[in-house]
Amino acid sequence: MRAIWTITMRELQSFFDSLMAYIMLIAFLGFSGFFTWLFGADVFFVKQASLQSFFSIAYWTLFFFIPALTMRQFAEENRSGTLELLLTKPVSDWQVVLGKFLSTLVLILIALALTLPYYITVASIGPIDHGAVWSGYLGLILMSAAYISIGIFTSSISNNQIVSYLLALFIGIFFQIIFSLLSSNFGGFIGEVLSFLSVSTHFDSISRGVVDTKDLLFFLSLIFLGLILTEANLAKKRL
Amino acid sequence: MDIVVENLTKKYGAQRAVDNISFRVKTGEILGFLGPNGAGKTTTMKAIATYLTPNEGDIHVGNFSIYENPDEIKKNIGYLPENNPLYNDMPVIDYLKFVAALQGIEKGRIREKILHMINTCGLEGEKHKKIGELSKGYRQRVGLAQALIHDPQVLILDEPTSGLDPNQIVEIRELIKKIGREKTVILSSHILAEVEATCDRILIINKGKIVADGTSRDLRKQSEGHEILRVKIEEGDKNEIFKALQGLNTIGMVDFMKKDETAFEIQTKPGLSSRREVFNLCVGKGWILTEMTPIETKLEDIFRELTMN
Repeated sequence: MRAIWTITMRELQSFFDSLMAYIMLIAFLGFSGFFTWLFGADVFFVKQASLQSFFSIAYWTLFFFIPALTMRQFAEENRSGTLELLLTKPVSDWQVVLGKFLSTLVLILIALALTLPYYITVASIGPIDHGAVWSGYLGLILMSAAYISIGIFTSSISNNQIVSYLLALFIGIFFQIIFSLLSSNFGGFIGEVLSFLSVSTHFDSISRGVVDTKDLLFFLSLIFLGLILTEANLAKKRL
Repeated sequence: MDIVVENLTKKYGAQRAVDNISFRVKTGEILGFLGPNGAGKTTTMKAIATYLTPNEGDIHVGNFSIYENPDEIKKNIGYLPENNPLYNDMPVIDYLKFVAALQGIEKGRIREKILHMINTCGLEGEKHKKIGELSKGYRQRVGLAQALIHDPQVLILDEPTSGLDPNQIVEIRELIKKIGREKTVILSSHILAEVEATCDRILIINKGKIVADGTSRDLRKQSEGHEILRVKIEEGDKNEIFKALQGLNTIGMVDFMKKDETAFEIQTKPGLSSRREVFNLCVGKGWILTEMTPIETKLEDIFRELTMN
């Protein structure tokens, strides 16, 4: 446990030292704030005390930002050889993978925590469905965790950060939108499967305030799959 | 802690990087690992450090096997990989803190350990700098510090002095010698003088196989077939001297030294010595012998002989 936390803290520190964290926080708050309050289908346009507009913009900004945070994590260690040093310390592959996963998740949690003033503001303007807000946040956290584990996996594949960024987007876009677009074209069983595989289906249902075990199961298995593939990738390098 | 390598084989595809090698390093011994590039030094060291899984064979460090207790081995080993990879964006002191925590050193003792390492490795002036800003010599010291911070019983150093200037090489060498007294050390290098200066025992490997094993003196003896002398004889015609020398029955071959008119290189026949004969010859002819130096077989020559096919 201590090893995982040690790695998480080092990664977090490196996010903040490299300005990556600040850039991400500012860009995320800037984008989501702009579209929540000032432009397009913002809170005032919708004329409802709800954070729906924030959740739908955060859904896309996180999709693009998360791979930018995770792309470095294994690619850079692979390229510079520090991975060898890390894995010859008394830590297991799992601890390394989890440590890196948690560090990005903590950064996303910080970013989301900084949007809580939006919630407070909206709540002070009108009657707000508190349950829907909290489950919306839960949806964002689960979705982020899923994309983090995909991003970490693609980072472990390549030595090149750009390659791992693009690969993460490529894999991610299927879950983000393509499966759901396809599912409306296919009917029947295939349509159902595709719709189940789509992150947007589960995110929408959670952010409406309905937290179903099916949705939780979907996100948790996606997270687990990404992490287990990353671990397998690390083990493969040592053969 | 002893290191025991048994029938270690590591293949990359069809190529055997390390081919069925076995050796043992005893506690307190500094073993020099020599070999040309691509001989399998690094692969062997990575396997001992539990980074690579061998295809065949087993490695024990103390009582622990790399298959059954890799974590115990990792705790007892200090490893400096080739090219000394470090996190360039971290300050030295933070990095050492990170490594100390990973090694499971208790929180209360981390500070003391770090200060000790900074002193031992001479990093006092650089401890707040980022690792990326350090010169190569200081980077190497950070690499050593991270390998030593948990006071390991076994040290695996892959080319610890590559790319350093001569002063730094001497310093690092002294450091290794100092630390190596109570520990088991394996260090690899392709600089022969370095291995000779630091190590108690030398292991030469070539194409994945061990081709020589012993102290530098043992290795010399092995390849010392014949005595080689450098002599300088004055007050005589050089062709006449040459002929007379060649006439001696203990001498196998005589050569002019290129630069010096009066100097010759003499190779004695195997198992014999020709020093007395040369002296007597000069006395008899009235020539003046101004120099006679036995030339030692250099480790370089042994190395070349063993690794060139």
